[in-house]
Amino acid sequence: MRPTPRLLAAIVLAVAGCGGPFPQTTLAPRSDLGVAADNLFTHIFWWAVVVFAIVEGLLLFVIIRYRHREGGKGPSRLHGHTVLEIGWTLAPALILVFIAVPTMRTIFATAAPAPEGALRVEVIGHQWWWEFRYPALGVVTANELHLPRGKPVQLDMTSADVIHSFWAPGLGGKRDLTPGHTTRIVFTPDSLGEVAGQCAEFCGASHANMRLRVFVESDSAFGAWAARQLSAAVVPPRGSLAERGQELFAHGACIACHTITGVPQARGTVGPNLTHVGGRTMLAGAMLPNTEEWLRRWITNAPSLKPGSLMPAMPLPDDQVAALIAYLQSLK
Amino acid sequence: MKSWLTTTDHKRIGQLYFWTALGFFLIGGLEALVIRAQLARPEGIGVSAEVYNQLFTMHGTTMVFLALMPLSAAFFNYIIPLQIGARDVAFPRLNAFSYWVFLLGGLFLNASFVAGPLFGAGSLSVAPDAGWFGYANLTSRQFSPGPNVDFWVLGLQILGIASLAAGFNFIVTILNMRAPGMKLMRLPVFSWMTLVTQFLVITAFPVITVALVLLMFDRFFGTHFFVPSGGGDPILWQHLFWLFGHPEVYILILPAMGIVSEVLPTFSRKPLFGYTVVVYSGVLIGFMGWGVWSHHMFSVGLGPIADSVFSATTMLIAVPTGVKIFNWIGTMWGGQIRFTTAMLFAVGFIAMFIIGGLSGVTHASPPADLQQTDTYYVVAHIHYVLFGGTMLGLFSGMYYWWPKMTGRLLSETLGKWHFWLTFVGMNLAFLPMHFSGLLGMPRRIYTYGPELGVTRLNEISTAGAFLIGISVLVFLVNLWWTRKRGEPAGNDPWQGATLEWAIPSPPPVYNFTVIPRVESRLPLWVTEHHGAMAPLPLTPPAPIHVPGGSWWPLITAFGLPLIAVAAISHQLWLAFVALAVVIVGIYRWAYEPFEV
Repeated sequence: MRPTPRLLAAIVLAVAGCGGPFPQTTLAPRSDLGVAADNLFTHIFWWAVVVFAIVEGLLLFVIIRYRHREGGKGPSRLHGHTVLEIGWTLAPALILVFIAVPTMRTIFATAAPAPEGALRVEVIGHQWWWEFRYPALGVVTANELHLPRGKPVQLDMTSADVIHSFWAPGLGGKRDLTPGHTTRIVFTPDSLGEVAGQCAEFCGASHANMRLRVFVESDSAFGAWAARQLSAAVVPPRGSLAERGQELFAHGACIACHTITGVPQARGTVGPNLTHVGGRTMLAGAMLPNTEEWLRRWITNAPSLKPGSLMPAMPLPDDQVAALIAYLQSLK
Repeated sequence: MKSWLTTTDHKRIGQLYFWTALGFFLIGGLEALVIRAQLARPEGIGVSAEVYNQLFTMHGTTMVFLALMPLSAAFFNYIIPLQIGARDVAFPRLNAFSYWVFLLGGLFLNASFVAGPLFGAGSLSVAPDAGWFGYANLTSRQFSPGPNVDFWVLGLQILGIASLAAGFNFIVTILNMRAPGMKLMRLPVFSWMTLVTQFLVITAFPVITVALVLLMFDRFFGTHFFVPSGGGDPILWQHLFWLFGHPEVYILILPAMGIVSEVLPTFSRKPLFGYTVVVYSGVLIGFMGWGVWSHHMFSVGLGPIADSVFSATTMLIAVPTGVKIFNWIGTMWGGQIRFTTAMLFAVGFIAMFIIGGLSGVTHASPPADLQQTDTYYVVAHIHYVLFGGTMLGLFSGMYYWWPKMTGRLLSETLGKWHFWLTFVGMNLAFLPMHFSGLLGMPRRIYTYGPELGVTRLNEISTAGAFLIGISVLVFLVNLWWTRKRGEPAGNDPWQGATLEWAIPSPPPVYNFTVIPRVESRLPLWVTEHHGAMAPLPLTPPAPIHVPGGSWWPLITAFGLPLIAVAAISHQLWLAFVALAVVIVGIYRWAYEPFEV
């Protein structure tokens, strides 16, 4: 967060009628890209307020001052005025110059590719979840993006199916993920913590359920996270419920879509990589908390929670579901 | 009944447009209320995601193509020939054809709500569900396998034919049918804005027609215009759609600007301030509207050059728009303003359109827009422009011209209730959306979590939407109640300046007993340079030929949705039958003895 509270943000929060915390607000930017957009918006907003006050004030004055009164004098004969016309053409044009110049400046300042040594992450949109790949690190994960603070990041984005749009408002504006194209955004997160986001381009039945989280961490926490992601999946202790779960996973329908590194049968790529799913905070496109109860409901009947979900309902016996949950939760 | 089915009288067709469009407006409004009910609370469970997606798609499609455009068309039909001193439009049967195609196209689109069982699905399952903008490649057969998008593609193509036919008709009418002495620079501003609008229609609709035909080929014949795996590009759709879509915004707003430019002078007792500037800025908006389409696409990532150019053109278009607003204020300056309901709606239009225009400037700036696009901030913007702008303008026109169309005034008491409920309702509904958008609420979502912190804002929006619903009910009561009991209007209840006020209300079938000679921009007013026009004779000095009715426009129009039904049901034989209907219809129409 920046030190000075923004007046604009304060106004919006006051109108919103409650204190927040507004995890998805655009008004508390936490990266250079977000700050650039916010500064520009604030600048334009105040120009708009000035114009609003003048024009609406003028309108209000006119309709009060010149309302019909009995016995008032006849209507004015002023039907046109060249100097006025020129004036109210030039004045808005001049204001627009004050808006256009910083706009162009910001467009070009934020368009450049990331410098050498930036962290690159490939973002692939799927109906309805996010795949995050860190090519330099070899990490593959889903829905929860981990980034180190203070290091430039470039997201190289595309889609596996239809158009999506990556939007984590705290980190800056959105950018579409278009099949057949690679788009990018570049930013440097400037403060620790969690940023919520979600898909912003309508992408089908569960567009509303395509959410994401970004965790901005210290270098050491990020390094530890990456190291853990690189390790093979946890091998459950012999005879445990989790081991039975692994057995069910490796010989069931799950492997058609999901990968778990270290389980040779599980190489599916249609759904998210589950190697470290137990370490994620959310499930199913970051729409559900990663708890035993939600896992149970998700495994047994995903489409009832996420309309259109490609993951089918799986009416398994309770003991098998319990084993699968134990296994998945062990995959920290 | 027969006389209505075969009518070619522009006044009757205008009334048909009005009632049909009002019906679709109510349907679109109901859709909006269900949407708002769903969003009133986080994790709303009123409707499923699938139904919600159909509702918001049909709300947008209905309001744009079936409510706002044809409500404007109702006024084009009824008022333009009267304003320019003509007995009818240039092509009366083509006019009837436009209406029937519009009606049948609208019914075809809305039939999708109940057509589910024909496709082995439930009701509320096969209506269009890919958004009114129908972004590729979500609309491809792979990702939208059902008939939903087919209904949309075929329905919009049918409606496009109606718009194009009407567009050519009104251009020819306004250019060729003006009364003697009515030079272009004496044309009432509503007629001028209609002319500009129709040029936009005939140039913009071919663009979306091309896009829809390509999409239809992708869906029906397996081409890959928009399919990336086949070498196509979904971005092409966005360019084509918005190349149509942005001029379409001006197609929706210019007629309302025209209406307001008639109402303000009448009730200020002053001619329009800067007539020439208002006309030229309208024409300029029409041209500039073609150069701004990619501002709908800043999030695509078109690169800094394209973003800068489209940002600049978009900001520029604010200039002629602002000029109009200043001239409207100048019109009222020094006037004697009478606050009839029509005037209240006209002033409300200006006040609300300013807000919509200013929020538009905030997303003309791409870096700022990238935080706003596809959020409720933009939903707020378009509703300030299209409801606060177009719809208030159209309501103003209804109160203004209703007496001319029916011979009876609408109730001013109910009218003022209608206005204030609408005004308060729309600000309650749409103002909070700016804030919910800035706080991170995307649009087109059927559900949101309580943790977003936008619950209160959504509650207020929903309350406002229902208030608008109540205001529309008041309007309907007004229409019904004054049907018999309204005060008789006489020729000219408002002391208007233009030709439509020189003739009885409702006008006789031939409109003018003699075609007047026009000597000034304000023929019925006394100005510095002109006296008022002499009253027209009460009865025609010689018999007036009035074109008779014809069945062929209706029959020809009927063939078009039949082609769509054939396509959607994959019945080739039916396509040939439908084509035969169209061909026979046009043939008989062409050889029918019919004199204008």
